[in-house]
Amino acid sequence: MNYFPDEVVEHVFDFITSHKDRNSVSLVCKSWYKIERYSRQRVFIGNCYSITPQRLIARFPGLKSLTLKGKPHFADFNLVPHDWGGFVDPWIKALAKSRIGLEELRLKRMVVSDDSLELLSKSFPNFKSLVLVSCEGFTTDGVAAIAANCRFLRELDLQENEVEDHRGHWLSCFPESCTSLVSLNFACLKGEINLASLERLVARSPNLKSLRLNRVVPLDTLQKLLMRAPQLVDLGIGSYVDDPSSEVFSKLKAVIQLCNSIRSLSGFLEVAPCCMSAIYPICENLTFLNLSYAPGLQDNDLTKLVQHCRKLQRLWILDCIGDKGLGVVASTCKELQELRVFPSDPFDAGNAAVTEEGLVLISAGCPKLNSLLYFCHQMTNAALITVAKNCTNFIRFRLCILDPVKADPVTNQPLDEGFGAIVRSNKSLKRLSLSGLLTDQVFLYIGMYAKKLEMLSIAFAGDSNKGMLYVLNGCKKLRKLEIRDCPFGDVALLEDMGKYETMRSLWMSSCEVTLGACKTLAKKMPSLNVEIINESEQLEFSLDDRLLVDKMYLYRTLVGHRKDKPEYVLLL
Amino acid sequence: MSSENGKRLLETDAGGLNFEATELTLGLPGEPRVTSDGGAKWGSKRGFSETVDLKLGDNNQEVKLGHSLQEAAKSPVSKTQVVGWPPVRGFAKRGKKSCKYVKVAVDGAPYLRKVDLEIYNSYQQLLTSLEDMFSCFTIRNYLNEKKIDQVNGIEYMPTYEDKDGDWMLVGDVPWQ
Repeated sequence: MNYFPDEVVEHVFDFITSHKDRNSVSLVCKSWYKIERYSRQRVFIGNCYSITPQRLIARFPGLKSLTLKGKPHFADFNLVPHDWGGFVDPWIKALAKSRIGLEELRLKRMVVSDDSLELLSKSFPNFKSLVLVSCEGFTTDGVAAIAANCRFLRELDLQENEVEDHRGHWLSCFPESCTSLVSLNFACLKGEINLASLERLVARSPNLKSLRLNRVVPLDTLQKLLMRAPQLVDLGIGSYVDDPSSEVFSKLKAVIQLCNSIRSLSGFLEVAPCCMSAIYPICENLTFLNLSYAPGLQDNDLTKLVQHCRKLQRLWILDCIGDKGLGVVASTCKELQELRVFPSDPFDAGNAAVTEEGLVLISAGCPKLNSLLYFCHQMTNAALITVAKNCTNFIRFRLCILDPVKADPVTNQPLDEGFGAIVRSNKSLKRLSLSGLLTDQVFLYIGMYAKKLEMLSIAFAGDSNKGMLYVLNGCKKLRKLEIRDCPFGDVALLEDMGKYETMRSLWMSSCEVTLGACKTLAKKMPSLNVEIINESEQLEFSLDDRLLVDKMYLYRTLVGHRKDKPEYVLLL
Repeated sequence: MSSENGKRLLETDAGGLNFEATELTLGLPGEPRVTSDGGAKWGSKRGFSETVDLKLGDNNQEVKLGHSLQEAAKSPVSKTQVVGWPPVRGFAKRGKKSCKYVKVAVDGAPYLRKVDLEIYNSYQQLLTSLEDMFSCFTIRNYLNEKKIDQVNGIEYMPTYEDKDGDWMLVGDVPWQ
């Protein structure tokens, strides 16, 4: 099969970077498998329980960058109890023992301890990049260890983690000799930091391109930091409160004029609307604007800002922008590809901030739109059908109507036709989240048309097992399916058990699946781990197979049952 | 206010309290303070007890099913709020300042106090602060050091009512 020496093949493989392609290449023949595994540097593991660290290390001795994901997605919404799992410790321990020269570690929804971070910081002399997203279990002491010990650290990126803050000294742990920082994001930390240390750190980091501050960094420090780092490309502002007539504010306005490399702006964790005008000069060049954490900006503040952002490609914003404000976005941001509208007050329907009207305006004005996350109070079939006509490039379409079973308010019909139109016209759709009143019909459409769909999130939808079956039978590329509060039961679960081997995972909670069916599935499919999460007082799991299971999470795995499950998880 | 021994004012909230900011769940009226296991033991020790009405769990936890009584009275078409809905991560951090206020009622004290849990880092800090507020009583140290009230020699155990309506001993659940 090989017409070329291994070195040539390996050189060709250097150009193959996507994980999918590398995986495919490794399956061609034994020789390619061998060449591929020795040359592989980046590995992505979407479910940390699908494989063990030992097998990873054995197969890829040249590993430099590892991405790991732990808890299921619904853990973000408190549906997964504490201590369910996703511990990174065994991975770091195993890697530390091996001869792997780890340089980058990216974790999502995992439990990370200070000890793990310290071990990580001391075991890999070339360690360059740590990215933690939605993780928990560590404190700023662990962060301090990374700062202190990773001599060539380029990236420390903490996104939306639950970090116990021991206040302050971690930033001072970066040694004076550390000048390699390219990216520093500590926006999710809640505690005080040493501002002078921060200034010195930024001053000695000439390669710093991305800096995201936390809420305690005041505006006058921001001004000093920008003086030191006018080359920044990505800025996350902490506190943005001052008197617009102050000298500090004038200095800020002046220095912002110099920051003409900034393309991405976020934060504003504390903001005074009257100060926003200082930002306008950098708005012209922005491609990403994230105001979803900014409290207290009203619709006119937001629209005034957005009017300056003609080159925007990604916008994350709160729904207080309103439908009219979205209209301004639609007429200004012609390059817009991704829009996320978050609810500022999910439980108060009285303040109907955005509705279907805003979405229609966006779809009409932004021809490049391909990714949407939209929280709204209502949606109509007519609007969705219009959106589907206007936009045929969606890769991600996530719609969340805050009242979970709300019908089309105009026609009182379910939203089946609207979502049907979306999947019919967006043939590249990879991710879909549904909401509103929905019957089995919408699943018929999804199974028929969503041929490229990889991830589907369903809540409070459907009438019968048929709904789930349409999806399992029709969506050939499905990898992740998460369902809550739907009338899907054993018949749907067991119809095509082999399907789950082609998927990463299936989550079903508050559905109509019985314990007996889960046991049957687990027995017939040894390549799956079927986990029952049972938080109630039911002590005798094996008592009654007719018991409805509260939460079930199943995933394919090469390594059988995990050894670290908590008491309330039953592994069948 | 009430002069009746043992009556808690949790269910009839005299005006002025900002429910929106507090996300409280109110305790049911007339619940016995003695727990089902070991209750007798506690009951006999307690002359006066300190009760704290808490909603346990982290900041991100969505409001559980059902509103507080006050909320239900305000909005006749009250929605049931469901765990994990809407599916937005860390909502409490977006656009709102998080604060965890709880009401503290002490039998025999003339009025309740409101306490912001966010400003404390441990049970001990909270108890010390409560001690200052209700300076006529002394609180048993939750680390099991016995404390006897100087005035009348009665020992107290700090307890609270959790979201299920059960009486819990302070200190069992980690502060977070």
